[in-house]
Amino acid sequence: MNVATNTPTPNPSPQGRGERIAQAPVVEARGLSLTFETNDGPVQALSNVDLTVGKGEFVSFIGPSGCGKTTFLRVVADLEQPTAGHVSVNGLSPEAARRARAYGYVFQAAGLFPWRTIEKNVALPLEIMGFSAAEQKERVARTLALVNLTGFERKYPWQLSGGMQQRASIARALAFDADLLLMDEPFGALDEIVRDHLNEQLLKLWARTDKTICFVTHSIPEAVYLSTKIVVMSPRPGRVTDIIESTLPKERPLDIRETPEFLEIAHRVREGLRAGMGDE
Amino acid sequence: MSVTASAANTGAAPAASLLRRLGQGKALPVSLVVAAILLIWYGFTVYLNTPWQIGVYERAGAEWTAADLVRDTMAQDRPVLPAPHQVVAEIWKTTVETRPTSNRSLLKHAWITLSSTLLGFAIGTLLGVLLAVGIVHNRAMDRSVMPWVIASQTIPILAIAPMIIVVLNAVGLSGLLPKALISTYLSFFPVVVGMVKGFRSPEAIQLDLMRTYNASRPQVFFKLRWPAALPYLFTSMKVAVAISLVGAIVGELPTGAVAGLGARLLAGSYYGQTIQIWAALFMAAALAAILVALVGLGQRLVTARMGGRS
Ligand SMILES: Nc1ncnc2c1ncn2[C@@H]1O[C@H](COP(=O)(O)OP(=O)(O)O)[C@@H](O)[C@H]1O
Ligand SMILES: [Mg+2]
Repeated sequence: MNVATNTPTPNPSPQGRGERIAQAPVVEARGLSLTFETNDGPVQALSNVDLTVGKGEFVSFIGPSGCGKTTFLRVVADLEQPTAGHVSVNGLSPEAARRARAYGYVFQAAGLFPWRTIEKNVALPLEIMGFSAAEQKERVARTLALVNLTGFERKYPWQLSGGMQQRASIARALAFDADLLLMDEPFGALDEIVRDHLNEQLLKLWARTDKTICFVTHSIPEAVYLSTKIVVMSPRPGRVTDIIESTLPKERPLDIRETPEFLEIAHRVREGLRAGMGDE
Repeated sequence: MSVTASAANTGAAPAASLLRRLGQGKALPVSLVVAAILLIWYGFTVYLNTPWQIGVYERAGAEWTAADLVRDTMAQDRPVLPAPHQVVAEIWKTTVETRPTSNRSLLKHAWITLSSTLLGFAIGTLLGVLLAVGIVHNRAMDRSVMPWVIASQTIPILAIAPMIIVVLNAVGLSGLLPKALISTYLSFFPVVVGMVKGFRSPEAIQLDLMRTYNASRPQVFFKLRWPAALPYLFTSMKVAVAISLVGAIVGELPTGAVAGLGARLLAGSYYGQTIQIWAALFMAAALAAILVALVGLGQRLVTARMGGRS
C-alpha cells in the first residue's frame, strides 16, 4: 500500500573496497519500507531503504529525529514488521535471527529492572537462555569488567549514575555474546565528558571482540569517531541519503577528532544531512 | 521512651527537645484529634441519653441536679449512646476477664470472624490474581471478564449474602466456607483491578527487551510482570483485607449465626445492648487496623528485599 512515490533513487550500496572479504552480510535490507497506521493517518517511517552491513563493521545511523533510525533497528530486531521490502540478518529472517538470539539490543534508556541488582540485571538474558549458574557467574563478572563496573555487582540501579546504568545495560547486551550489537542512541542522555569516555571504551571493545555494531546517534562527531561506515538518513519519509565509508584507521585515539581527515568526513556528513533537509 | 530516660538524667534541655519533637511529629496532632473526638462523644452521650434519664427521674419522682444527670447518663445499662469508658470497660470485661473459650468472650467471637475473614481474603486474593493473569494474557478474557467483575460489585452485598449462604447450604456447605466466600466476593475485586494494572505496568522497552531474548510467556511473567506488579499487589491487598472483614461480618448477619462479631452486633441490637454493639464495633475496627498493618509490614519486607529505596 505504501508505494514509495516520490523517493529519490537510493544511493548505490557502498562501493566494495577491495579489502573486505567476500562474506555473507550480517544485515541486508532491500527496498525496505515501513508505514505506521496512526490515528492521524499513515506515517511513513522508512522508505525504500537499501543497506548492507558486513561482518565486523561499525555502522552509525545519523539523521534528524523522526527519520526512522530507531524504526530501522527495530525492524532488524524483529520488533517491527516492514510493510514492504526485505531484510535479512545473518542470512535469516529477522524473526529467525531473534529466535536464534543473534543480536544484543541496547535501548535508548537503560531499562534496568529496579528490583534486580546490577549483576542480576546482567544475568537476566543468561537466566532466560538457560546458562548454567557457574557460566552465568563467569560471564557476568567478565562483561561487568568489560564496561568497568566491577565492584558494583550488588548495587541496585538507583544507586548508580545514568552513565553507569547505561554501561550496565550494555553489559547486559554483551553477556550472551551475540555477534551483532544494535545500539539505539545509547549515550544520548549523557553529558559530553561521560560520552567521550564511553565512546572510547566502546571502540576498544569493538576492536577486541570483532563484533558487528549498528549504532544510532544524532551527533556528527560521535558518528565519525566510532564508525567504519556512516549511514546518513533524512526524514519525511525516512530514507538513506548517503553512505560514507570512513577512511580513519581502526586505532582511534580521542584526539583524532582534530585531524583534517576527521573533519573532512564530518563535513561530508553535515552536507549529507543538509541535503536531506533541503529537498523536502 | 529513650527520650524520657535522658530527660530525667539531664533536665530541661532534652525536655524542650521532646516538646519540639512532639510538635513536629504526629503524636501531638493525633492526641489532639483523639481528645476532641472523646470530648464530642461525651457531649453527645449526655445529650442523647438525657430524655430517657429524665423519664426515669420523673417516674421515680426524684429530685435531680445537673451533676446527677451527667453522671447517670454515662452509667445507663442500655444507653442510646454509651460513654467511651463504658465501652472500654465492656471490652476489658469480655476479653481480659472472660475465658476465651466462653461464649461471652469477645476474643472468641473476634477469632471466629477473623478466621473466615482470612480464609475469604486468601481465596479472594488468589482468585483476583488468577483472573488478572488471564485478563492480561488473553484478549478474549480481557473483553469478557472485566465487565462482569465490575458488575459483580454493583450488587449490594447485603442483597447477595443471604442468597450465597442459602445456596451453599443447599449443596451441603455450611460453617466457615459460606461466610468466607462473602469475603471473597468483596475482596477479589480490588485485587483484580490492581493486578491487571500491575501486570501491565512494565515499560514497553522492558517488554521489547524480553522479546529480543526470545523469552517465553512464563519467563516474561515471572521475571518481569510479576515482580513489577508486587507493589500493586500489596496496595490492593490492604483494601481487600479490610473489606474481607466487612464481608465476614455481613455474612454473619443474615445467617442467624450464633457466633462472630456480626452475631454480637445482631444480638446486641435485638436486646438493645448498645454497649455490646459498640464493643464489637471497636473490636472490628481494631482487627481491621491490625490486618492492614500486617499487610503493610509484608509490603515493607518485600520492598526491602527487592532493593527498594525506603
Ligand atoms: N509505533 C509507532 N506508531 C506510529 N508512529 C511511529 C511509531 N514509531 C515511530 N513512529 C513514527 O515514525 C517516524 C520515525 O520514528 P523513529 O524511527 O523513532 O525516528 P528516529 O529514531 O530517527 O528519531 C516518526 O515520525 C515517528 O513519529
Ligand atoms: Mg530514535
